[in-house]
Amino acid sequence: MSWFAVLLGVPLVAAVWLAVDAHPYRSARINIVAAAISLLASLELALQVLDAGRITVWNNWFFMDAFNVFLVALTAFVATTTAIFSGPYMRHEMDNGKIDAKRLRLYHAMSQLFVFGMFLGQTSNNLAIIWLSLEIATLATVLLVSLYRTPGSIAAAWKYLIICGVGISLALFGTAMLYFASSDVLGHGDAALTWTLLYDAADKLDPTVMSLAFVFLMVGYGTKVGLAPMHTWLPSAHAEGPTPVSAVLSGLLLNLALYSLVRCKMLVDVSTGSHLAGNLMMGFGLLSLLVAGFSLHKQQDIKRMFSFSSIEHMALMTFTFGIGTPVANFAAMLHMTTHSLVKSAIFFTVGHAAQSMGTQVMASIRGLINHQPGIGWGLLIGTCAIAGFPPFGVFTSEFLIFSAALQSYPWTVSVLLLGLLIAVAGLFRFVPDMAYGKAPEHAKLVHANMLPVYIHFSLALLLGISIPGFLSGWYHQAAALIAGGGL
Amino acid sequence: MSTELLQQIITMGAALMLLISFALLSQKRMLSLLHWFALQGIVLAAVTALVGYTSDNTELYVSAAITLLLKGMLLPWVLWKIIRQMHVHREVEPLVNMPVTMLIAAALVVFSYQVTLPIEHLSHLITRNTIAVAMANVLLGMLMMITRKKAITQVVGFLAIENSLFFAGVGATYGMPLVAELGVAFDVLIASVVFGLFFYQIRDTFESLDLNKMEK
Repeated sequence: MSWFAVLLGVPLVAAVWLAVDAHPYRSARINIVAAAISLLASLELALQVLDAGRITVWNNWFFMDAFNVFLVALTAFVATTTAIFSGPYMRHEMDNGKIDAKRLRLYHAMSQLFVFGMFLGQTSNNLAIIWLSLEIATLATVLLVSLYRTPGSIAAAWKYLIICGVGISLALFGTAMLYFASSDVLGHGDAALTWTLLYDAADKLDPTVMSLAFVFLMVGYGTKVGLAPMHTWLPSAHAEGPTPVSAVLSGLLLNLALYSLVRCKMLVDVSTGSHLAGNLMMGFGLLSLLVAGFSLHKQQDIKRMFSFSSIEHMALMTFTFGIGTPVANFAAMLHMTTHSLVKSAIFFTVGHAAQSMGTQVMASIRGLINHQPGIGWGLLIGTCAIAGFPPFGVFTSEFLIFSAALQSYPWTVSVLLLGLLIAVAGLFRFVPDMAYGKAPEHAKLVHANMLPVYIHFSLALLLGISIPGFLSGWYHQAAALIAGGGL
Repeated sequence: MSTELLQQIITMGAALMLLISFALLSQKRMLSLLHWFALQGIVLAAVTALVGYTSDNTELYVSAAITLLLKGMLLPWVLWKIIRQMHVHREVEPLVNMPVTMLIAAALVVFSYQVTLPIEHLSHLITRNTIAVAMANVLLGMLMMITRKKAITQVVGFLAIENSLFFAGVGATYGMPLVAELGVAFDVLIASVVFGLFFYQIRDTFESLDLNKMEK
């Protein structure tokens, strides 16, 4: 209980503090400390949940079960390493005159507000608050995407704001419909939006209304997950914002959106007793996978290219959650973890690469290994990891995804395989050229902070070689929970 | 509590909301667009208060008051200030011409009724038209956002969608719980501040609020 207060309170207090505190170096340190404290709190809470199953906090307003506590821990971890990474990175941006002290202050405050939004959404027991927290996280990141105030970044942030704004209002419409169905059963009031109560009474909810509600929730939250055809905001937002923002967008925000969708799916599944929600998710997943794979080949900007890879992986997770068997859920959660770890590490590396070459255009990035071996190898290893090469964790999770698909919907395997191969081909079309060869004259040495990258890669490697017992037990619990096994 | 009266209020509210959505779509001048937008906020607040009165739900009074202040007065006023300051009050410039827009709009309304047909009759609440109209309004708001190229018109479209969602909540369920309502109101407020910030950033960077210029 008290740890929970720490988890939610620290980012909020830190956000306010950082909004007032103008000292750039101290702010970077406060940012790290705040994230580290939430990480500690999240691990403590995770242990509690592992022991006790579901815990509810503060009059049932918040709850934690195996599914969300795992995401909270992941969020806190990536937020911490991002804070460590962003210190020297943002200082470099400031020294180069891309931002001033005022914007840096905005950056730090909004980062913590974003983390607060993430925790709020992942632990809230109220569907309206989950919706609200996604909106908080979105608004915070909109301001971050436009941080550089270049024409490109403002256009990207506007697109992000408008498309996600509309998307998220559709999700609110879906939530209102859901409330329309649930207030018949649970009465008028907060109870009818409380997830745990809804889940217990889900079989009494009207299936027609719930199906219609899910269509809106799917499109609404799907926009935030980055599913095609609503994905257009994602690549520009990733490309134009500062690198730490791209890392948390890919690694964390998309997860929260998918999490909200899966929570709603769990309700709809019980209510309708059919596989409608799962089918929708599988359809959107497969479509997005193909769209992302093909789009990846056409990119010129390195961050855009990797953001299409994020769409591809989110599509894969959406598809896998759509299958809905315990194996599939296990695979999807493992994939969520490995993707968050590897993709944020890749964005860290890409950020350094872009700083040392002075550009994000892939055709002008050459000879990274010669120039700064740490960055070059980081990029190459990261690409192998995200492409799903063994022994990294992405291989394990993709292998599991394939087995789950083969078990329930064998025909989808061909589409999955095609999509993945196209995407991998895209990655290797660009990355080796950037890693090998001779570095251009104007390349400069940057103070690269590769520690977070190596931590992420080692964890991804560990997950690939052998998943620690407590972690797999945890995934098993969550997988059974999502599949409707209860606790 | 009079069910008959409640039903009439909600039905009338639904009709007015739909009418205003069409009016918003057909406006050619920025100022009249804002007038209609303000009217939408006021109608929304009135319907909310009346539903609150007839269904004895005091929470709805709070919602109504917030709606009136925020959507009926504050937001239109702020937008009006912005267009005056930026000298963009002249024309709306639709991408698709009016008659076609209106035909698409009518088709969207029919579509909404078609989609919501299976659920209307099973409600214990009186929601004959509410959900269909709310959905139609959301779609019309989207249509407005798609067919206009000024940043401000897009924002008005966005806020009109929020209004329709709010109406869906009030009409179909006698209002979402207060937490949800307050959250949404807060969100609209913050979003508007962010929108306002962006107007200035966009204008300073592109020297216009015309979104076509941003596509480069």
